[in-house]
Formats: sequence, structure tokens, C-alpha cells
Amino acid sequence: MKVVSEIEIRPTSVVLNGQPIAVETTGEKMLVELYRRYAGDYPKFFKMDTLSRLGFIAAEILLKEPRAKSQEPTAIILANRSASIKNDTDYLATISDGNYYPSPALFVYTLPNIVTGEIAIRHHIQGETSFYILDAPEQLEQILLSTMSNNLKPSNPQTILAGWCECTEPNNFYAKLQIIWNN
Amino acid sequence: MVYCVGHSIISPLGDGSQANYEAVQAGRSGLKIHTDRFDSVEPFCASLFDTPQAFVPLCIRSVEEAITNNQSPITNSKDTIFILSTTKGDNLDLITPAKMIAHHFGNPNPPIVVSNACTSGVCAQITAMRLLEAGMYQHAVVVGCDIQTKFIVSGFQAFKALSPEPCLPFSPDRKGLNLGEAAATIVYSQLPMANSQQPLWTLEAGSIHNDANHISAPSRTGEGAYRCLMDVMEGLSPADIDLVGVHGTATLYNDDMERIALERAGLQDTPISALKPFFGHTMGAAGVLETILCAMQANEKMVNNKMVNCIKMLSGFGGVNAAIRIRV
Repeated sequence: MKVVSEIEIRPTSVVLNGQPIAVETTGEKMLVELYRRYAGDYPKFFKMDTLSRLGFIAAEILLKEPRAKSQEPTAIILANRSASIKNDTDYLATISDGNYYPSPALFVYTLPNIVTGEIAIRHHIQGETSFYILDAPEQLEQILLSTMSNNLKPSNPQTILAGWCECTEPNNFYAKLQIIWNN
Repeated sequence: MVYCVGHSIISPLGDGSQANYEAVQAGRSGLKIHTDRFDSVEPFCASLFDTPQAFVPLCIRSVEEAITNNQSPITNSKDTIFILSTTKGDNLDLITPAKMIAHHFGNPNPPIVVSNACTSGVCAQITAMRLLEAGMYQHAVVVGCDIQTKFIVSGFQAFKALSPEPCLPFSPDRKGLNLGEAAATIVYSQLPMANSQQPLWTLEAGSIHNDANHISAPSRTGEGAYRCLMDVMEGLSPADIDLVGVHGTATLYNDDMERIALERAGLQDTPISALKPFFGHTMGAAGVLETILCAMQANEKMVNNKMVNCIKMLSGFGGVNAAIRIRV
């Protein structure tokens, strides 16, 4: 298993392959700033919850890398500890007593794997998309190793966009996404 | 390939895989119209436990039933991994209940939760197969469970996805889905178990594909589901498949998408099984529960001990599709 390229996004910093990317804003505003700089042509971004925006923008930057272009990922496997808790909390507010207006647009984001779907749509990845809830990021490595282990099976991807993608509050998030090759 | 060595279902229709299978055979359904649950603003049709169940104890009971036939205790072994399949867990918390379940059985490994929308129960079995085939564990306890809440019911009502009456999968008159609650467990091992009282099977292949089309609507070409079917049928022809357990939510778009995927894969003449008129859509439990019942249905089709191939397929929000093939 070889890490080809890596991005880390925190509310106050972005680091691509060890090099910091300068940003002028922080938190949710920073994700919009990055969207305008690296995508800009995908208005669906503004319908997404923060978890999806985070994963979307991390994938956007990572997959523009020349190293990613040489062998594009066929699968997206992400994990976190708190599932879709930030958007779950937002949805709960719409069904509280005395203020009952459940929103289908919010409800659809109350699943953590929606971010993998958003990235798949954007980059036309029709291979595997999976989302795991784990106590520690190290556990994901074992899952990825087992996923890649039998390279003769058509269903076991060999180039994966993988990593940790978590958002607990609007301005409290962390993503570490990698492009991983099996060689 | 990995071996099923035990399974169980706990649903409003009964306790144990056999009780649930007999209920389905007798045509009993857990679906009822409810007017006084979850502060619902309108009546809704769902399969709910008469007595509300707590998530963790329900899962624990399901695992206990699944391992009753096991000769040796495997749940507390370091060679066993617990995998929980759920969408909303215990009141939106997924990892804590998984840890409580593994801890209850004295298992030393941090558990894995698969949260891949409505495909979770099939994806969790694929995760189990990969971990066992890679030699990382000898046994995997796959628990699927969801209990219904105001959160889920209001969301599907807002989505206009619920049928006001018992659902009709693959019927031209279908009006939407019904929600359900259940817990189901399958134990997989690297080695078979001798002298089982239950019908068992081998998990032969599994595949997950995204439509890359829409986060809440199925693909109009059934692309992801079709690719899953082709992967799990690799080396076989459609005539080798004896039964397909479809997702069959009875929403207009899901069932049509599955029909297209089945036709593209050459499976239009293969018998299908749709179980949601009995259990509703049990979400994180669906893939586990429906695999068990498909295996038991397929077991009845066995003639002269000839093995039967059965595919279980699911699709979910996020554009994700999954399928497994089992041999019974």
C-alpha cells in the first residue's frame, strides 16, 4: 500500500503533500474560499452540508494533482468517528416541538456516506464507495489493506481515494484524504 | 469464500431465524398502521416492536441467539471482529453502541461500524469477507440493527417516500416504502461448522458500486446495481443463479431501477424475493436479515443436495449499490 498524495484540512490550515496552502479565512468560510479557488463551477456545492463540502473540497484539490492524474482512483473509502452528527443536529432542530418543518434537503445529508456519493458524482467514479465509523483512524488502514488484498477480484479496488473526514460542529472539522495505490 | 456458522433474526414477527422464516411462510406481516408513535403528524404504516426496544440490548440478544449453536466460545477471542451495520445507531451515536456490544462479549478488538446508508447490511458482510480472506481475523460477527425514531419517520415523511398502506414491491400499484425495525446477526468464519441445526451457506463474492448520478435518486440505467450483479456473477452465467433477493423498497424509482439492472444482467427470468411487505425497510438490519431469509428460502429449493446460488442486492442514498452471492 503506497500513499501517492495527501491533503489535510483543519479549520485554520490546509496542507497538500506537506506544503501549506495559504488561506485568508477560517472554518466554514475557508471551505467556500477553497471552493472558489479550486472548483467554482459546481453550484451544487452550496446545497451540501459541511461534511460533504469538506470531503468535496479535499478531493477536488487532491485529484487535480498530476500524481493523481497518472492513475485515477476507482473507489472512495472514508471514515470518521461521529458519522453525520453536525447535520443530524441541524435536522433535529427542524423537527423540534413547536417548530416542526422537516426538510428533505437536510434529511438526505443525515448519512455520513453522502459525502462519498458527492465526490463520486463530481469525478464520475462508479467503483466502490464506502463509509466506516471507527474509534481511531489507524483502524482504517486494516480495512484498506483487506480491501486491496486480493487484486484478482474485480470488486477489490487497487487505487483508492481514502481517509478520515469528520465534522462535529460548523467550524470544527478535520479531513485527511489520501490517494493510495496497491503496489 | 467464508462460511456462515450461525445467524439470528429478532423482529416484530418473532425471535430467531426459524420463527421469522415460518412467519413469512405463513404470510404474517409486521406492518401495521400507527397513529400514536414518534409524534407523527399523520398515520404511518410500519413494522415496529410492540414494546419499544433499546438498541444495545437488542443487538446483544441477537448475537447471543446467533452463537447458541457454536461449540466453542468465539465472541471473546482476539481472532474475532465485531462489525455493526446501522444507519442511525443508538440515538444518532454509532460507535459507542458498537463498543458496548463488543465489550459485553469480552471481545478485545475495536469494532467496525459500516454506515453506507441502506446498503450497510450487505457492505458489512463484504467487509467481513475481506478481513477473513486477508487472514486478519478468523471470525466476524456481523450485527445489523436499526430502531425507528421521530428523526427517521419525519425524514421519510418529508421525502414523501412512505406508503400509507403495506408496501407492494415490484407491483405497478406500489406507492412507496414502509419503515421497520429489527436486529439480525450473521457469524462468518474461515472454516465451516460441522453438524449445524440451521441452514448455513458460504459467502462467495461481494461488490459495491456507486451510480455517480444523484445522492437521493437511483440511476435510470441501474448502472451501479448492474455492475454489482456482473461482479458477483463473474465466472457464472445467469442460468447459474437460482434466486435474487432484491432490495424491493416499493418506491416507484427503486424497483424500476432494479428491474433495469436485473434485465441488463440477464436475470429477468430468475425468481426474485422481496421481503419488505413482511418486515418493512429495516435499514441497517435489512441486508443481514434479508440475506438470512434468502438463504433459508434457497435452502428449500435444494433438490438432491445440489447447491443453490443466491444473490442479495441493495441500493441506498448516496448513490451506493451493493450485492453479494451466497451458495446454500
